[in-house]
Amino acid sequence: MSRIRDDYEKSPAGRFEAWYKGEYDPINAHLPVRPMSERELSGDDDRPHVDRLAIRDTTYNRDTNKALRVSRGAYRVLSVVLCLVLIGVLIWMVQYLPDFGDPANPVNNEVSARYIEKGVEETGAINYVSGMILDYRAFDTFGESCVLFIATVCVQILLRMTPDKTGKKPASDRLYEPKNDVIQQRVCVVLVPFLFIFGIYVILNGHLSPGGGFSGGAVLGAALILYLCSFGYDRTERFFTVKTFRVVSLAALLFYCLAKSYSFYTGANHLESHIPLGTPGHILSSGLILLLNICVGSVVTCTMYAFYTLFRKGDF
Amino acid sequence: MTVMRIFELFLLVGLIICAVSVTLTKRMITAIVIYMSYSMIMSVIWVILQSPDLAITEAAVGAGVTSILFFVTLKKINAFDDDRGDSNEQDQG
Repeated sequence: MSRIRDDYEKSPAGRFEAWYKGEYDPINAHLPVRPMSERELSGDDDRPHVDRLAIRDTTYNRDTNKALRVSRGAYRVLSVVLCLVLIGVLIWMVQYLPDFGDPANPVNNEVSARYIEKGVEETGAINYVSGMILDYRAFDTFGESCVLFIATVCVQILLRMTPDKTGKKPASDRLYEPKNDVIQQRVCVVLVPFLFIFGIYVILNGHLSPGGGFSGGAVLGAALILYLCSFGYDRTERFFTVKTFRVVSLAALLFYCLAKSYSFYTGANHLESHIPLGTPGHILSSGLILLLNICVGSVVTCTMYAFYTLFRKGDF
Repeated sequence: MTVMRIFELFLLVGLIICAVSVTLTKRMITAIVIYMSYSMIMSVIWVILQSPDLAITEAAVGAGVTSILFFVTLKKINAFDDDRGDSNEQDQG
């Protein structure tokens, strides 16, 4: 049989029980309780009046406050010295960088040799860079695509204009769009089809020629923005709305995720491909690289366009 | 080969001039245009360094999209009107 201790109320268990029952507040318990004095109650405060403006003037005026003057001067001198030291350190470090284009540089190790010697054989891509970033290092590229998507979401959180309580949308400069500039519209009519074709070509030929998903997606996004600037939102919303953005971005990211996670079911050896690579040099070759390029390209295009529209009118 | 070398030096000097003048210019819109030209020079340098994919990206992102985002931001914060006022004052004075 246990019995209640004499100082049970002061023990931790006793205080917990008191707190649980609402008799004791651990925050307020240690505050000193002091009755108000008569002067505070009556309200007449006979402390001397303080001229706060005069104090501020004498404190922050450089002519009267010598310490402030000295610290300002020291601040300027020290900032210049800090800048010079930083520049000096950086220039000093540049001297120790390896020579540009020297074959004995540390980057020319067995990894890049492997990429160059076995890259075509193992990835099926003529373009080594695509073979690297979408086959050997495809997970890194997946992370980069997700970073772009998250950046769009953050910009949307910061810049999106939501309707206020009356259901009225806040004013945006979209009302004055488009400007109907004839020169810009004629140039745009000539230029945009070529830009679109070039962007799609760069994406689709990512494994054969220089470029790839990011470059082609950037070109496509720039072309969309040019079209939007010339013809306004009514024309672009016929084929690109917020729904398009959501569907395309999510589908591309999900497909990328699924396409690269297949290797977890084939032994988690991400370097060995189990997909027929085809003949290097053909457009339908190199396994998943073509599809992954299309995914990255669509994510980048949507991101560029979404950035512009969010900056412009706070919505799609 | 020497012509190529001179062209490279010309581009690099242009790069440095652009980078310095961006910091020294007072008007925002001028700074953005100089920044665009910096990106264009940089994309030509990428071609010379044999990486055409980076050149495409630099031309599209650096010279195109980023500058447009700068323009839109300056328009949002009404920086262009202030710029015009400043330049008028400078012209009169």
